[in-house]
Amino acid sequence: MELRGITKRFPGVVANHDIDITVHRGTVHALVGENGAGKSTLMKILYGMQKPDEGTITIDGDQVTFSSPSDAIARGIGMVHQHFMLADNLTVLENVVLGGEKLHGIGAAARRKVMEISDSYGLNVRPDVLVEHLGVADRQRVEILKVLYRGARTLILDEPTAVLVPQEVDALFANLRELKAEGLTVIFISHKLGEVLSVADEITVIRRGTTVGTADPAGTTTKQLAELMVGSELPTPETRESTVTDVAMLTVDGLTLTVTDPDGIVREVLDSVGFTIHKGEVMGIAGVEGNGQTELIEALMGLRDPDRGVITLDGAEISHAPTRKRREGGIGYIPEDRHRHGLLLESPLWENRILGHVTEAPNSKHGMLDPKAARKDTERIVREYDVRTPGIEVTAASLSGGNQQKLIVGREMSHTPKLLIAAHPTRGVDVGAQAQIWDQIREARHEGLAVLLISADLDELIGLSDTLRVMYRGRLVADADPATITPEELGSAMTGAATGHLETPETPQHGATPENGEGR
Amino acid sequence: MKKFDKDRLLLGLAGPVLALVVAFLLTSVVLLLSGLSAIEPYELMFQQLEFTDIQVLIINQTGIYYLAALAVAVGFRMNLFNIGVDGQYRLAVMLAAVVGAAVDLPGPLHILLIVLVAMFVGAMWAGIAGVLKTTRGVSEVVSTIMLNAIATSLIAWMILPANLGQQPPGSNQLNTGEIPESGWFPGLQLDGGEIYGFTFVAFALGIVYWFTLNRTRFGFDLRATGASQSAAQASGVDAKRMVLTAMLISGAVAGLAGMPMLLGQTHTYSLSFPVGVGFVGITIALLGRNNPVGIFFASLLVAFLDKTAEGLDLAGYPKEIAQIMQGLIVIAVVVSYELVRQYGLRRQQQKVGEELAAQARKNKEVAAA
Repeated sequence: MELRGITKRFPGVVANHDIDITVHRGTVHALVGENGAGKSTLMKILYGMQKPDEGTITIDGDQVTFSSPSDAIARGIGMVHQHFMLADNLTVLENVVLGGEKLHGIGAAARRKVMEISDSYGLNVRPDVLVEHLGVADRQRVEILKVLYRGARTLILDEPTAVLVPQEVDALFANLRELKAEGLTVIFISHKLGEVLSVADEITVIRRGTTVGTADPAGTTTKQLAELMVGSELPTPETRESTVTDVAMLTVDGLTLTVTDPDGIVREVLDSVGFTIHKGEVMGIAGVEGNGQTELIEALMGLRDPDRGVITLDGAEISHAPTRKRREGGIGYIPEDRHRHGLLLESPLWENRILGHVTEAPNSKHGMLDPKAARKDTERIVREYDVRTPGIEVTAASLSGGNQQKLIVGREMSHTPKLLIAAHPTRGVDVGAQAQIWDQIREARHEGLAVLLISADLDELIGLSDTLRVMYRGRLVADADPATITPEELGSAMTGAATGHLETPETPQHGATPENGEGR
Repeated sequence: MKKFDKDRLLLGLAGPVLALVVAFLLTSVVLLLSGLSAIEPYELMFQQLEFTDIQVLIINQTGIYYLAALAVAVGFRMNLFNIGVDGQYRLAVMLAAVVGAAVDLPGPLHILLIVLVAMFVGAMWAGIAGVLKTTRGVSEVVSTIMLNAIATSLIAWMILPANLGQQPPGSNQLNTGEIPESGWFPGLQLDGGEIYGFTFVAFALGIVYWFTLNRTRFGFDLRATGASQSAAQASGVDAKRMVLTAMLISGAVAGLAGMPMLLGQTHTYSLSFPVGVGFVGITIALLGRNNPVGIFFASLLVAFLDKTAEGLDLAGYPKEIAQIMQGLIVIAVVVSYELVRQYGLRRQQQKVGEELAAQARKNKEVAAA
């Protein structure tokens, strides 16, 4: 497949210009670029959702024009969207067949076909399970299956790993290699460079709407690729000068939280969790998602009431304090899911600046809002945190993910928190913004901020943290020194394979460290 | 920035205008299908406007609807669907009338007592739905509908002479007894009749509503909860308490909806008090986009339809046209607002993209120069 000189203009903007890409059959071709570089527009053009103003698309030597996705499907191009489009209350089989009833009917023939595809590419789908019972990775496989079922020979995957944990990413890549081996072509959009290098056969880099170069994954490092992507030298995530003090900021002791699931079974999602974060310390928690990290944050924020245990912030007990008290007491919060917990998407930026800090200056005085001051301060945040927006009256929804996140970081930092709870602070954020957010966290740490960092990005965890803990099934099972640990070791501890104090074999070690006791 | 504001205003107006045009066209279709003129009824309705007594009726009705719609809007701003405004209003006005007739106080105090009783009763009746929702997760839609039915039966029982009601001599219409004159709210005497004094209180309440929602912390919390409950909770709002508070306020305002008539005209509650005011309030809150000014114009429009349609019977047109039109407005409003909302979001996203691209280009040129 070849794209030549693709240009797409929107009124007033050129989203893509002079794009040249050649994708060879039977390869995994990665398309990398910052958020807003024009990857998605390009994919929409390729999938027939938008028509290019100039340029040609050639498939197997034939020049083609697509005026709708069905044209693209007819040409064997299928797309797996970033946000899944599945009906929760239908089974896997029904979801796959939905809309494609004409292909193999809805009965035994369809089932045979689904199983055949699933087996030949190692997708391991269970056709009769309801989609609502599936995890994210399984849903993604169903999406891939859907596309294959419709006869796609070329798959476009839009940021497929954004929602997956490391193990699931590996499984996905295994699937992709399987597809490749069967002669299918995969176009893989991502800005996670490490992943791109591990799975792609060829890489095309897009910057500001145009292709700036191609790279051969065998001879490229993530750093080179990132520099190609942003067009400048990157700051490295690691700078180590310890700012840790011995003043405890957050102390958690014996925190236990149980939930009762719909079947009436009581589960302990947090089991005697205990740790201390000092002023100027970043404590990272590693763990496969779903091992209690979300619940830990919610218990710390007061969104869930713990069954047992004591939480102390700067000397004050807040175990059962309401969320607002905790926020006023100096907890900043960068939530895991910014759309659900961090923003009012349809409200203007300045109202989003008030969110979470409505009782604090400059947002309000004596119970009354102060929109003027809030607006002014929003403008400051936009300026200082480099939020790319035409103004503060636009809705939060109209910003890109990275800029939304910068706004949230700016907002939380503006209240000089004592403790920052940062959950996946750079998830879905482009490289430039990522470096900026890291810088801000590091800077605040310097001034005595305590940070609880939860992330699925192991490099981020190791690079930012002063101490590391591993969470597994609601317990803190291991701790590690970020100066010596490798992502691989951390990854294996996350699966529960290792406990206690983790150290590289070279370092002499005898038994558990004293700190270990409280982490168990 | 000005540009975005103008855009928002235009988009804000596009919804109701689109809805009204569609509703108007569909009503005309109905008229044509029934073999009637599609123009003349409207002409007749506008002619009615020239009568001063009709004008007064419309304004009085506007005040009543305004209160009912504000009550609904408070809930809407928080994604609560208080369908029970009608029941809350009727129960409140009845018990307020009973209390009003039973006591004798100096003027302003007497009125204040009646108003407070009405607000309290409305709030309590709505509060039942609020408590059910926060403790048991019962949908407020279901519980308030049921509470409407219960209120109807409860009123019918309470108004029996054996209980709280009485039967005036020479009439078979039960009522709750006359409120002494100290409990009458003075009105504004015009050529066409008297405008209820409480109508002005209603409009003033619109200002309070705006101020509370847009200028207080509480209002911000309420709007945030309506915009995204999860985000509001993470921001420190106690969502359960917010649900209950919003229900109580909604009910209290609903309780006021009966005050213009009770304090300004009837001075007693009887079963001839209008039913369905709360439901019209839902239409109006929808049409007025929960905005106090929007609600005012929507109330005015619906009151106009109501009051001028009465005259249509004389000219051989069914006065139910007004009701058909109201119904069509509801449907059209829901559809057109969603369309306009999606269009607006898309448009803004695109605009932001454009402006950012323009900025980036300019930066590049500067860098190149």
